[in-house]
Amino acid sequence: MLTILFDGVAYGMLLFILAIGLAVTLGLMNFINLAHGAFAMAGGYITVLFMQHAGLPFLLCVPLAFVFTAVLGALLEVTLYRRMYNKPHLDQVLFSIGLTFMAVAGVDYFVGSTQQLVQLPEFLKGRTELWDGALGMGHYRLAIIAVCAALTVALQLLLVRTRFGAQLRAAVDNQRVAAGMGIDVNRVFLITFAVGSGLAGLGGALGAEVLGLDPVFPMKFMIYFLIVVAVGGTSGLTGPLLAALLLGIADVAGKYYIPKLGAFIVYSLMIIILMWRPQGLFSRGSK
Amino acid sequence: MSSAAKSLAALAKPRWWEFALWAVLLCLPFGLPSHALLISEITIIALFAMSLDLILGYSGIVSLGHAAFFGMGAYTAALFAKHINPDPLLGLAVAGAVTAVLGAVCSLSVLRGSDLTRLMVTLGVALLLQELANKLDFITGGADGLQGVVMGPVLGRFEFDLLGQTAAWYALCVTLLVFLLLHQVVQSPFGFSLKTIRDNPLRAQAIGISVHARLMAVYTLAAALAGLAGGLQAQTTGFASLDVFGFDRSADVLLMLVIGGTGWLWGGIIGAVVFKTLHSLISAWTPQYWTFWLGLFLVLLMLLGRERLLRPWTWGRRT
Amino acid sequence: MKTSFIARLLTTFLLVSSSAVWSQEAFKIGLILPMTGQSASTGKQIEAAARLYMAQNGDKVAGRKIELIVKDDGGVPDATKRIAQELVVNDKVGVLSGFGLTPLALATAPIATQSKTPMVVMAAATSSITEASPFIVRTSFTLPQCAVAMGDWAPKNGFKRVVTLVSDYGPGIDAERYFKERMLLNSAQVLESLRVPLRNPDFAPFLQKVRDLKPDALFVFVPSGAGAAVMKQFLERGMDKAGIKLIGTGDLTDDDQLNDMGDGALGVVTSHHYSAAHPSALNKKFVEAFKKANNGLRPNFMAVGGYDGMRVIYEALKNTKGGQGGGEAILAAMKGQIFESPRGQIYIDAQTRDVVHNMYLRKVEKKDGQLYNVEFDVIKDMKDPGKTK
Repeated sequence: MLTILFDGVAYGMLLFILAIGLAVTLGLMNFINLAHGAFAMAGGYITVLFMQHAGLPFLLCVPLAFVFTAVLGALLEVTLYRRMYNKPHLDQVLFSIGLTFMAVAGVDYFVGSTQQLVQLPEFLKGRTELWDGALGMGHYRLAIIAVCAALTVALQLLLVRTRFGAQLRAAVDNQRVAAGMGIDVNRVFLITFAVGSGLAGLGGALGAEVLGLDPVFPMKFMIYFLIVVAVGGTSGLTGPLLAALLLGIADVAGKYYIPKLGAFIVYSLMIIILMWRPQGLFSRGSK
Repeated sequence: MSSAAKSLAALAKPRWWEFALWAVLLCLPFGLPSHALLISEITIIALFAMSLDLILGYSGIVSLGHAAFFGMGAYTAALFAKHINPDPLLGLAVAGAVTAVLGAVCSLSVLRGSDLTRLMVTLGVALLLQELANKLDFITGGADGLQGVVMGPVLGRFEFDLLGQTAAWYALCVTLLVFLLLHQVVQSPFGFSLKTIRDNPLRAQAIGISVHARLMAVYTLAAALAGLAGGLQAQTTGFASLDVFGFDRSADVLLMLVIGGTGWLWGGIIGAVVFKTLHSLISAWTPQYWTFWLGLFLVLLMLLGRERLLRPWTWGRRT
Repeated sequence: MKTSFIARLLTTFLLVSSSAVWSQEAFKIGLILPMTGQSASTGKQIEAAARLYMAQNGDKVAGRKIELIVKDDGGVPDATKRIAQELVVNDKVGVLSGFGLTPLALATAPIATQSKTPMVVMAAATSSITEASPFIVRTSFTLPQCAVAMGDWAPKNGFKRVVTLVSDYGPGIDAERYFKERMLLNSAQVLESLRVPLRNPDFAPFLQKVRDLKPDALFVFVPSGAGAAVMKQFLERGMDKAGIKLIGTGDLTDDDQLNDMGDGALGVVTSHHYSAAHPSALNKKFVEAFKKANNGLRPNFMAVGGYDGMRVIYEALKNTKGGQGGGEAILAAMKGQIFESPRGQIYIDAQTRDVVHNMYLRKVEKKDGQLYNVEFDVIKDMKDPGKTK
């Protein structure tokens, strides 16, 4: 049982890192970016390709995935996304779906549609058994929890302790007033979008081993990211974090204990939560 | 009649080109017999898109899970034909009724919340139904699909043939009837109140329109019509599988509606024709990567502004 | 006089050219495959194999040109059915072939029956498919064949307490059932039968459950392409170190993916009808030619199903002198064919129209620095147990 809890926490932390970029983008720019999954996939593929073709070690490829995806995000933000900010939500949804389709087909064309397998370094492959097997912790999952926890702390510090974080929070609360106060809202958007996409890429790189990596990755996992954002709300980090953990544990536990129902539980939970509190479980006030 | 009533009635009159277009559509299975299958497929999707227009174009509810009702209609019609009675019209009526009930229940979930909430809830319902259909595989056939559906002849006389002629006529007739129904609905006081709600729900409530009741009513109607489309699909292909609930289906129909234009009934029909034709042409040329071109088309369309697609004279202008 | 001479000349010319046109009218083969979506790798392998066969044997049989029409159904049964209908009605194909998954074949069966077109199933593997239409011929394999072979081998080699893990659809259920029955027959136990959803499967919680049950072995069936994910999770949970042996049908160690699975896959025992390492001269030639034509891609059992399917169609055309007698004659000429395939000896049963071939037991070993399924035992000429009940 403890093992399942452990697995669920690892899954949840990974989902949090993957989805936080989406939450912030939605909260800040009021933009529903369904292409977020494609950024995650990009991170995964960058890692795999660098490992296979350039022979770089895994530990180097993961931060590289962050950097590359962040740059990609910044480029797209400046050229394409910026034009879509004031359009109705439906247009934004379809625009991002279009980008996702292009990404999926593009990856299929250049790399092929078979599952990509990541070869982990040896020290990450082990497993530690505690209390006579009651708690089995894969080393890789331990690493994921550690990395994601560190990132969460870093993000919180960024938001609360830095000037940029203050500017970001101001822009989320009231864009117009923030601009009126002299905050360069466009720059805030650009950096936030880039970092958010970079985090998605990082999550994709870390997740390739656990979640699998193939061209249909964005379609498979987009719904989970959206659940985290919808249930967790977009005003802060704790909401999405708790929502992601809840989702991760519910999903893993559900499949273990009641395999017949499996994903059913996750969807029903989400619908009930959203009907009960449409603005998300943890956000304050409605939008 | 007051002048206001007269001007509203004038709006409601069907225009000459609508008659002409429908005449052309009804002649298609006759004129292009080898494409009868494609015609019936496009017609069914057009009906589906029209039902989505009711809630999206006329009432402003963004739904990514309309396929839930399509799928419900499909499985109901297929199971009805297999176990109870193979008559197509009876099966279609039952499919519509069952889906209406589902729509009424689900309408409770889209009353509150932002666009994102509605998107998630509608998506969730569709996924939930897909999982359910998968688990109840002793009824639905699960991932293998429902086999052994043999339809009786339409109106007791027209058998479903291999060429697809009967299917095309059947689908076209049902769609025409629905179109006429919807024409009445959207030009009625009820229809106008929906547009009011779409444009400004707070103000609508302030002048005394019961927003929740009307949204529930239109959602139920849209669900029933989507169920009819699903029922038609199951009956004309003699088969139902889990993909009737799929996200792809919901996303595709949303796309078609946007291409054709929301808020006017022809949007669904035109969008379906354009989309499916594009699909056939591009897949013939590159079957594996056609989603790339679709994605590119979408991105460009959204960047340029979707109202402009069917108005080529605005392409040169900047907003 | 002149006019009538010219008239006669013209008529003769027209008659001769039209009969020449008749004998040159192409025979069309409709190949419907999932080229996009989850089973895209199946489509790729089969198309490559079909084209290889045509490249090796020419595109003319009994004086008629052969035209291969490849269509993508994306793994969606509605699409397969519609495409098959269009191929039969519009393109007037003489044979339908392909069918990457069971639901795709089942959806198309009524079309084959209605239009009297032979249907060659090159990939789908549920036993009941050949009974869905009298026009279906199969050149792939059936899961009961593999499951029974493994159900015999496992108890004899000390694995008496086994848990089964299969994908929740036709072939998976077939594999689970026949394996369990065979195990019980051999006085062995199946502790639990777990089923994983076909779409987006997440193996981690299921494998954790298996670990907690502590069986001697885990029997797995997943469709071609999903084997790597299972293997990864199996190793990550340390199940091999906990003393659980991984066995299953050959789809688990699919040649397409095997080499990328890493050394953790060594020692896994599976039962299947084809291995790229099968030591026959014909197979060596096949594998080399396939690799050459496809950028070094190794052929897998899907490819062999496609290759043999084309062979069956070509032979039937030869025997009916270019398809005279229509679909029924071609079907009759397909039944009872017996020939050597890259997998070994193969026979299309005249009664059941299903495939009869050898079932091999193989172990994953390293040869020339690459991982292969090396055959160590064989059950000759196995018929589909699903029919011989």
